Amino acid sequence: MSQRMGDPALMILPAFALLGALFVVPLVWFFIGVLSEESPGDMIERGVAVLSSRAAVTALITTNWIALLVTGVTLLAGYPIAYYLAMSTGWRFAVVLFCIIVPYFTSVIVRTYSWMVLLGRNGLINQALRAAGLTDAPLPLLYNKFGILIGMSYVLMPYMILTLYAAMRGIDPSLIRAAHGLGASRAYAFWKVYFPLSLHGVVSGSLIVFILAIGFFITPALMGGPSDVMIAMLIERAVEITLDWPSAAFMSLLLLAATLLLYAIYYKVTDVRRMMGAAT
Amino acid sequence: MNGRGFLPVYIGLACLVLMAPIVIVCVLAFSGQGYLRFPPESLSLRWFAAFFGDGRWRQSLWSSTMIALIACAISTVLGFFAAYALVRSDMRAKKMMLSFMLLPIIIPHVITAIAMYFLAARFGLVGNVVWIGLCHAVVALPVVVLILLSAMQAVDLNLERAALSLGASRARVLLRVVIPIALPGILSAALFAFLASFDELIIALFLSGARAQTLPVRIWNSLHLEIEPVIAAVSAFLIAVTGVVLLVDGAVRRLRAPSMAGGAA
Repeated sequence: MSQRMGDPALMILPAFALLGALFVVPLVWFFIGVLSEESPGDMIERGVAVLSSRAAVTALITTNWIALLVTGVTLLAGYPIAYYLAMSTGWRFAVVLFCIIVPYFTSVIVRTYSWMVLLGRNGLINQALRAAGLTDAPLPLLYNKFGILIGMSYVLMPYMILTLYAAMRGIDPSLIRAAHGLGASRAYAFWKVYFPLSLHGVVSGSLIVFILAIGFFITPALMGGPSDVMIAMLIERAVEITLDWPSAAFMSLLLLAATLLLYAIYYKVTDVRRMMGAAT
Repeated sequence: MNGRGFLPVYIGLACLVLMAPIVIVCVLAFSGQGYLRFPPESLSLRWFAAFFGDGRWRQSLWSSTMIALIACAISTVLGFFAAYALVRSDMRAKKMMLSFMLLPIIIPHVITAIAMYFLAARFGLVGNVVWIGLCHAVVALPVVVLILLSAMQAVDLNLERAALSLGASRARVLLRVVIPIALPGILSAALFAFLASFDELIIALFLSGARAQTLPVRIWNSLHLEIEPVIAAVSAFLIAVTGVVLLVDGAVRRLRAPSMAGGAA
């Protein structure tokens, strides 16, 4: 840039000031404020007790298990969609992108509500199944892990597809044609040429979905059963119901540490500018 | 991936599953019954009348709108300057700074919301619309920065150089060169920032108290009681807001010069 004008680096400061004052300070204030109420020794003891309690251990297992399943479902279901998107042009591309973008920008609470209407005991799917004579009693589709899995996979699917698509868009289609020209079958060309080139999208997409899934709150809280408690729900309950701030702080600290660790890996393997399908 | 037959069929089904929940809720919102059946036996506007006729829902619509406008204004202005700095400055560790600015959408909203609530409770800010708007600006900022980074990269550096060399100040260059060229991107960013706040539930849930319940918060509170059809009408309204944002964004994007095509998808 021009020497006269200097560097516009300082223009980043207002945004940093907002994040500092309303994001970093509240977080630090919260952890220090809550965890410095007792002596450090007592607090460490208390932290160990909180995190090794039955409720916390069960919630951690549930959280990891559901996050893994959701990552798997979105990857398996989303990969062909992203592949199709990367291979299409014209109206086909526009229609598929539309079907991804509209849910993506619809409120999470609305998307969760839609699936509750569909999956409930007297929900539309059970109504349809009974009308078709396929079932006598309503199937338990809601208020259990199945409900959470469907709801969360639906909410997180666009993140997976758009991340995969961003990676696949960079793959040169002539490589596949070359493989075909050299006698490779469609399956061979896909698995030996295309899939390895899309792998960094698979890793980025899986990481972002897993990161978002372990902190998920709305969908599991509404679609899960009484025994399906994820860690974010346990944190909310500690604050809203039992008013147990130290427990909330310890569990938040653990969730925060896990999130930041995974985000650091994400940072290493991917271009953050493309996060959430931006710049596609 | 084997053969041409399987993939298109799967894509058709997938698109159906992706869109069905949203379409069905919109149809149910026009149901004439007091229970949810698809397709509805009769159509009516009674649930929309129940939504707009109820003072508490109207109050929530007002709170949501005010909060989203505050969040949109703050995050768009600050996000514009930040994106400009990231694109045009020579500073180091740009990737690190960007990753820091994206943290509000990475860190679980429950944690952020509790920390913001902890602070708000100390200063009597629970239920304060301006405070909620400011907190929503934090989660809208990453959206703005991501959209504007790609919009700003398309602004030709030579135009700015030319203006600077002809004696324009930095402020004048921003006002007369950068903002006019990047305007479609800025509008997109503002729209999605508004939407990010308008649709946000968790932070609003902790910070709204009894006074400033937003539409998502009231849906949340109602859902714990029963799945009443008026929620379908409110949901349809939120979907319509999303639809309007996407339509305006599409129109705005068509205004951009060909060299600037492609912002956030």
